[in-house]
Amino acid sequence: MTKTAPLTVATPTDREVVITRVVDAPRGMVFDAHTKPDLVRRWLLGPPGWTMPVCEIDLRVGGKYRYVWKHADGQAMGMGGTFTEVVRPSRIAATQLFDEDWTGGETRVITEIVEQSGKSTITTTVRYASREARDAALQTGMTTGMEAGYERLEELLRETTHA
Amino acid sequence: MKPHGYALDATFAALADPTRRAILARLADGEATVTQLAAPFDMSQPAISKHLKVLERAGLITRGREAQRRPRKLEPRPLAEATDWIERHRKIWEANYKRLDAVLEELKGKQKKAVDALIEDVKPRPKKRKRQ
Repeated sequence: MTKTAPLTVATPTDREVVITRVVDAPRGMVFDAHTKPDLVRRWLLGPPGWTMPVCEIDLRVGGKYRYVWKHADGQAMGMGGTFTEVVRPSRIAATQLFDEDWTGGETRVITEIVEQSGKSTITTTVRYASREARDAALQTGMTTGMEAGYERLEELLRETTHA
Repeated sequence: MKPHGYALDATFAALADPTRRAILARLADGEATVTQLAAPFDMSQPAISKHLKVLERAGLITRGREAQRRPRKLEPRPLAEATDWIERHRKIWEANYKRLDAVLEELKGKQKKAVDALIEDVKPRPKKRKRQ
Protein backbone atom coordinates (compact mmCIF):
# COMPACT_ATOMS: atom_id res chain seq x y z
CA MET A 1 0.00 0.00 0.00
CA THR A 2 1.30 3.42 -0.92
CA LYS A 3 1.05 6.14 1.65
CA THR A 4 -1.15 9.02 0.58
CA ALA A 5 -1.48 12.57 1.81
CA PRO A 6 -4.46 13.13 4.07
CA LEU A 7 -7.72 14.43 2.81
CA THR A 8 -8.61 17.94 3.88
CA VAL A 9 -12.08 19.41 4.13
CA ALA A 10 -12.35 23.16 4.57
CA THR A 11 -15.09 25.77 4.62
CA PRO A 12 -13.40 28.90 3.28
CA THR A 13 -16.65 30.84 2.84
CA ASP A 14 -20.18 30.35 4.11
CA ARG A 15 -21.28 28.94 0.74
CA GLU A 16 -18.41 26.58 0.01
CA VAL A 17 -16.92 23.28 1.02
CA VAL A 18 -13.47 22.48 -0.40
CA ILE A 19 -12.07 18.96 -0.44
CA THR A 20 -8.42 18.39 -1.30
CA ARG A 21 -6.57 15.12 -1.84
CA VAL A 22 -3.28 14.08 -3.45
CA VAL A 23 -3.21 10.90 -5.54
CA ASP A 24 -0.19 9.09 -6.90
CA ALA A 25 -0.94 9.37 -10.62
CA PRO A 26 -0.51 11.81 -13.51
CA ARG A 27 -3.40 14.19 -14.05
CA GLY A 28 -4.48 12.76 -17.41
CA MET A 29 -5.32 9.55 -15.62
CA VAL A 30 -7.03 11.38 -12.80
CA PHE A 31 -9.09 13.34 -15.31
CA ASP A 32 -10.14 10.08 -16.98
CA ALA A 33 -11.10 8.61 -13.62
CA HIS A 34 -13.42 11.60 -13.12
CA THR A 35 -14.97 11.59 -16.60
CA LYS A 36 -15.11 8.05 -17.99
CA PRO A 37 -18.26 6.25 -16.75
CA ASP A 38 -16.57 2.84 -16.45
CA LEU A 39 -14.00 4.38 -14.11
CA VAL A 40 -16.25 6.83 -12.25
CA ARG A 41 -18.74 4.17 -11.18
CA ARG A 42 -15.98 2.21 -9.52
CA TRP A 43 -15.06 4.83 -6.97
CA LEU A 44 -17.65 7.63 -6.68
CA LEU A 45 -19.87 5.63 -4.35
CA GLY A 46 -19.98 7.29 -0.94
CA PRO A 47 -20.83 5.25 2.15
CA PRO A 48 -20.61 1.44 2.11
CA GLY A 49 -23.41 -0.52 0.49
CA TRP A 50 -23.96 1.73 -2.52
CA THR A 51 -23.38 0.93 -6.17
CA MET A 52 -23.77 3.15 -9.21
CA PRO A 53 -25.91 1.40 -11.83
CA VAL A 54 -26.40 4.58 -13.89
CA CYS A 55 -23.43 6.71 -14.88
CA GLU A 56 -23.86 8.71 -18.08
CA ILE A 57 -21.45 11.46 -19.02
CA ASP A 58 -21.63 13.68 -22.10
CA LEU A 59 -18.31 15.39 -21.59
CA ARG A 60 -18.51 18.78 -23.29
CA VAL A 61 -19.58 22.26 -22.29
CA GLY A 62 -23.37 22.15 -22.22
CA GLY A 63 -23.33 18.34 -22.06
CA LYS A 64 -25.22 16.57 -19.31
CA TYR A 65 -24.33 13.88 -16.82
CA ARG A 66 -26.55 11.62 -14.79
CA TYR A 67 -25.65 9.44 -11.82
CA VAL A 68 -27.93 7.05 -9.95
CA TRP A 69 -26.80 5.18 -6.86
CA LYS A 70 -28.54 2.16 -5.39
CA HIS A 71 -28.20 0.72 -1.94
CA ALA A 72 -28.33 -2.98 -1.16
CA ASP A 73 -31.50 -2.29 0.88
CA GLY A 74 -33.36 -0.91 -2.15
CA GLN A 75 -32.90 2.82 -1.65
CA ALA A 76 -31.97 4.84 -4.71
CA MET A 77 -30.53 8.31 -5.11
CA GLY A 78 -30.18 10.22 -8.37
CA MET A 79 -28.30 13.31 -9.34
CA GLY A 80 -27.40 15.14 -12.51
CA GLY A 81 -26.29 18.37 -14.06
CA THR A 82 -24.67 20.17 -16.95
CA PHE A 83 -20.99 20.74 -17.62
CA THR A 84 -20.04 24.40 -17.70
CA GLU A 85 -16.27 23.96 -18.19
CA VAL A 86 -14.31 21.00 -19.53
CA VAL A 87 -10.56 21.52 -19.77
CA ARG A 88 -8.64 18.29 -20.15
CA PRO A 89 -6.68 17.41 -18.02
CA SER A 90 -6.96 20.15 -15.45
CA ARG A 91 -10.48 21.39 -14.80
CA ILE A 92 -14.13 20.35 -14.81
CA ALA A 93 -17.01 22.53 -13.66
CA ALA A 94 -20.63 21.44 -13.57
CA THR A 95 -23.96 22.17 -12.02
CA GLN A 96 -25.35 19.57 -9.65
CA LEU A 97 -28.91 18.87 -8.63
CA PHE A 98 -30.19 15.93 -6.63
CA ASP A 99 -33.49 14.36 -7.67
CA GLU A 100 -34.76 14.72 -4.15
CA ASP A 101 -33.28 18.08 -3.63
CA TRP A 102 -32.43 18.95 -0.07
CA THR A 103 -30.26 21.95 -0.79
CA GLY A 104 -33.05 24.16 -2.10
CA GLY A 105 -31.22 24.97 -5.31
CA GLU A 106 -28.57 24.13 -7.81
CA THR A 107 -25.08 23.54 -6.57
CA ARG A 108 -21.86 24.07 -8.54
CA VAL A 109 -19.00 21.64 -8.34
CA ILE A 110 -15.55 22.58 -9.62
CA THR A 111 -12.81 19.96 -9.83
CA GLU A 112 -9.24 21.12 -10.41
CA ILE A 113 -6.32 18.78 -10.98
CA VAL A 114 -2.75 20.01 -10.58
CA GLU A 115 0.20 17.71 -11.25
CA GLN A 116 3.59 17.87 -9.64
CA SER A 117 6.33 15.23 -9.90
CA GLY A 118 3.90 12.62 -11.14
CA LYS A 119 1.40 13.19 -8.32
CA SER A 120 -1.87 15.03 -8.71
CA THR A 121 -3.67 17.27 -6.28
CA ILE A 122 -7.43 17.14 -6.70
CA THR A 123 -9.30 20.14 -5.35
CA THR A 124 -13.08 19.87 -5.38
CA THR A 125 -15.08 22.97 -4.54
CA VAL A 126 -18.76 22.52 -3.79
CA ARG A 127 -20.49 25.87 -3.98
CA TYR A 128 -24.06 26.07 -2.77
CA ALA A 129 -26.47 28.39 -4.54
CA SER A 130 -27.32 30.53 -1.56
CA ARG A 131 -27.01 30.83 2.12
CA GLU A 132 -30.40 29.11 2.45
CA ALA A 133 -29.16 26.28 0.24
CA ARG A 134 -26.16 25.71 2.38
CA ASP A 135 -28.19 25.95 5.55
CA ALA A 136 -30.41 23.17 4.24
CA ALA A 137 -27.40 21.09 3.23
CA LEU A 138 -25.88 21.62 6.63
CA GLN A 139 -29.05 20.49 8.32
CA THR A 140 -29.24 17.13 6.62
CA GLY A 141 -27.86 14.35 8.68
CA MET A 142 -26.93 16.64 11.52
CA THR A 143 -26.34 14.60 14.60
CA THR A 144 -25.71 16.11 17.96
CA GLY A 145 -22.03 15.33 18.22
CA MET A 146 -22.13 16.96 21.62
CA GLU A 147 -19.78 14.52 23.22
CA ALA A 148 -17.08 15.25 20.67
CA GLY A 149 -14.69 17.33 22.64
CA TYR A 150 -11.75 19.58 22.29
CA GLU A 151 -9.49 17.12 20.50
CA ARG A 152 -11.20 17.82 17.19
CA LEU A 153 -10.84 21.55 17.59
CA GLU A 154 -7.21 21.64 16.67
CA GLU A 155 -7.84 19.62 13.55
CA LEU A 156 -10.67 21.85 12.46
CA LEU A 157 -8.69 24.99 13.09
CA ARG A 158 -5.74 23.66 11.16
CA GLU A 159 -7.89 22.81 8.20
CA THR A 160 -9.78 26.05 8.07
CA THR A 161 -6.49 27.93 8.42
CA HIS A 162 -5.11 26.31 5.28
CA ALA A 163 -8.22 27.20 3.32
CA MET B 1 -36.80 23.12 15.32
CA LYS B 2 -35.03 25.01 12.63
CA PRO B 3 -32.07 26.67 14.29
CA HIS B 4 -29.52 23.93 13.55
CA GLY B 5 -28.65 25.06 10.06
CA TYR B 6 -28.71 28.67 11.05
CA ALA B 7 -26.52 28.07 14.07
CA LEU B 8 -24.02 26.15 11.97
CA ASP B 9 -23.94 28.95 9.49
CA ALA B 10 -22.95 31.34 12.27
CA THR B 11 -20.33 28.87 13.43
CA PHE B 12 -18.70 28.60 10.00
CA ALA B 13 -18.87 32.36 9.48
CA ALA B 14 -17.19 32.89 12.85
CA LEU B 15 -14.50 30.35 11.96
CA ALA B 16 -13.76 32.03 8.63
CA ASP B 17 -11.42 34.53 10.30
CA PRO B 18 -7.82 33.67 11.32
CA THR B 19 -7.81 35.91 14.42
CA ARG B 20 -10.97 34.29 15.71
CA ARG B 21 -9.54 30.83 15.07
CA ALA B 22 -6.42 31.80 17.00
CA ILE B 23 -8.60 33.03 19.86
CA LEU B 24 -10.47 29.72 19.91
CA ALA B 25 -7.22 27.79 19.84
CA ARG B 26 -6.03 29.79 22.84
CA LEU B 27 -9.30 29.19 24.68
CA ALA B 28 -9.02 25.47 24.05
CA ASP B 29 -6.18 25.59 26.59
CA GLY B 30 -8.41 27.21 29.21
CA GLU B 31 -10.40 30.38 29.90
CA ALA B 32 -8.79 33.80 29.48
CA THR B 33 -9.59 37.46 29.96
CA VAL B 34 -9.87 39.97 27.10
CA THR B 35 -6.47 41.40 28.06
CA GLN B 36 -4.89 37.97 27.96
CA LEU B 37 -6.53 37.20 24.64
CA ALA B 38 -5.43 40.49 23.12
CA ALA B 39 -1.79 40.07 24.21
CA PRO B 40 -0.48 37.94 21.31
CA PHE B 41 -2.15 40.10 18.66
CA ASP B 42 -1.13 43.44 17.26
CA MET B 43 -4.64 44.69 17.86
CA SER B 44 -6.47 47.05 20.15
CA GLN B 45 -8.72 45.67 22.85
CA PRO B 46 -11.83 47.04 21.13
CA ALA B 47 -10.83 45.18 17.94
CA ILE B 48 -10.40 41.96 19.93
CA SER B 49 -13.71 42.62 21.68
CA LYS B 50 -15.39 42.81 18.28
CA HIS B 51 -14.07 39.38 17.38
CA LEU B 52 -15.16 38.06 20.76
CA LYS B 53 -18.65 39.37 20.11
CA VAL B 54 -18.84 37.43 16.83
CA LEU B 55 -17.65 34.28 18.58
CA GLU B 56 -20.14 34.86 21.37
CA ARG B 57 -23.02 35.36 18.96
CA ALA B 58 -22.10 32.11 17.25
CA GLY B 59 -22.26 30.43 20.65
CA LEU B 60 -18.61 29.42 20.39
CA ILE B 61 -17.61 31.20 23.62
CA THR B 62 -19.29 32.40 26.79
CA ARG B 63 -18.35 34.84 29.57
CA GLY B 64 -17.51 33.81 33.07
CA ARG B 65 -19.42 35.26 36.02
CA GLU B 66 -16.56 37.00 37.78
CA ALA B 67 -17.61 40.64 37.53
CA GLN B 68 -14.18 42.15 37.04
CA ARG B 69 -12.34 39.76 34.78
CA ARG B 70 -15.21 38.18 32.88
CA PRO B 71 -12.99 35.47 31.45
CA ARG B 72 -14.04 34.00 28.10
CA LYS B 73 -14.58 30.29 27.88
CA LEU B 74 -14.80 27.93 24.90
CA GLU B 75 -18.18 26.27 24.34
CA PRO B 76 -17.48 22.93 22.70
CA ARG B 77 -20.95 22.14 21.41
CA PRO B 78 -21.28 24.30 18.28
CA LEU B 79 -17.72 23.45 17.30
CA ALA B 80 -18.50 19.79 17.75
CA GLU B 81 -21.51 20.19 15.48
CA ALA B 82 -19.41 21.89 12.84
CA THR B 83 -16.67 19.27 13.03
CA ASP B 84 -19.29 16.55 12.98
CA TRP B 85 -20.61 17.88 9.70
CA ILE B 86 -17.12 18.13 8.25
CA GLU B 87 -16.38 14.64 9.53
CA ARG B 88 -19.35 13.20 7.64
CA HIS B 89 -18.07 14.76 4.43
CA ARG B 90 -14.59 13.55 5.15
CA LYS B 91 -15.64 9.95 5.69
CA ILE B 92 -17.54 9.79 2.42
CA TRP B 93 -14.73 11.40 0.45
CA GLU B 94 -12.06 9.33 2.12
CA ALA B 95 -13.84 6.13 1.09
CA ASN B 96 -14.25 7.47 -2.45
CA TYR B 97 -10.62 8.47 -2.78
CA LYS B 98 -9.40 5.12 -1.47
CA ARG B 99 -11.31 3.47 -4.28
CA LEU B 100 -9.95 6.07 -6.71
CA ASP B 101 -6.40 5.14 -5.60
CA ALA B 102 -7.12 1.53 -6.55
CA VAL B 103 -8.54 2.54 -9.95
CA LEU B 104 -5.48 4.71 -10.66
CA GLU B 105 -3.08 1.93 -9.63
CA GLU B 106 -4.81 -0.35 -12.08
CA LEU B 107 -4.58 2.26 -14.87
CA LYS B 108 -0.89 2.74 -14.15
CA GLY B 109 -0.39 -1.02 -14.31
CA LYS B 110 -2.15 -1.17 -17.67
CA GLN B 111 -0.14 1.76 -19.01
CA LYS B 112 3.11 0.15 -17.88
CA LYS B 113 2.18 -3.11 -19.55
CA ALA B 114 1.36 -1.29 -22.79
CA VAL B 115 4.65 0.60 -22.70
CA ASP B 116 6.59 -2.58 -21.90
CA ALA B 117 4.92 -4.38 -24.80
CA LEU B 118 5.84 -1.50 -27.09
CA ILE B 119 9.47 -1.60 -25.98
CA GLU B 120 9.43 -5.35 -26.48
CA ASP B 121 8.22 -4.78 -30.04
CA VAL B 122 10.78 -2.12 -30.86
CA LYS B 123 13.82 -3.91 -29.46
CA PRO B 124 13.21 -7.61 -29.40
CA ARG B 125 15.60 -9.33 -27.11
CA PRO B 126 17.39 -12.45 -28.27
CA LYS B 127 16.14 -14.43 -25.33
CA LYS B 128 13.43 -13.95 -22.79
CA ARG B 129 14.57 -14.23 -19.26
CA LYS B 130 13.22 -17.22 -17.49
CA ARG B 131 11.28 -16.65 -14.35
CA GLN B 132 12.47 -18.54 -11.33
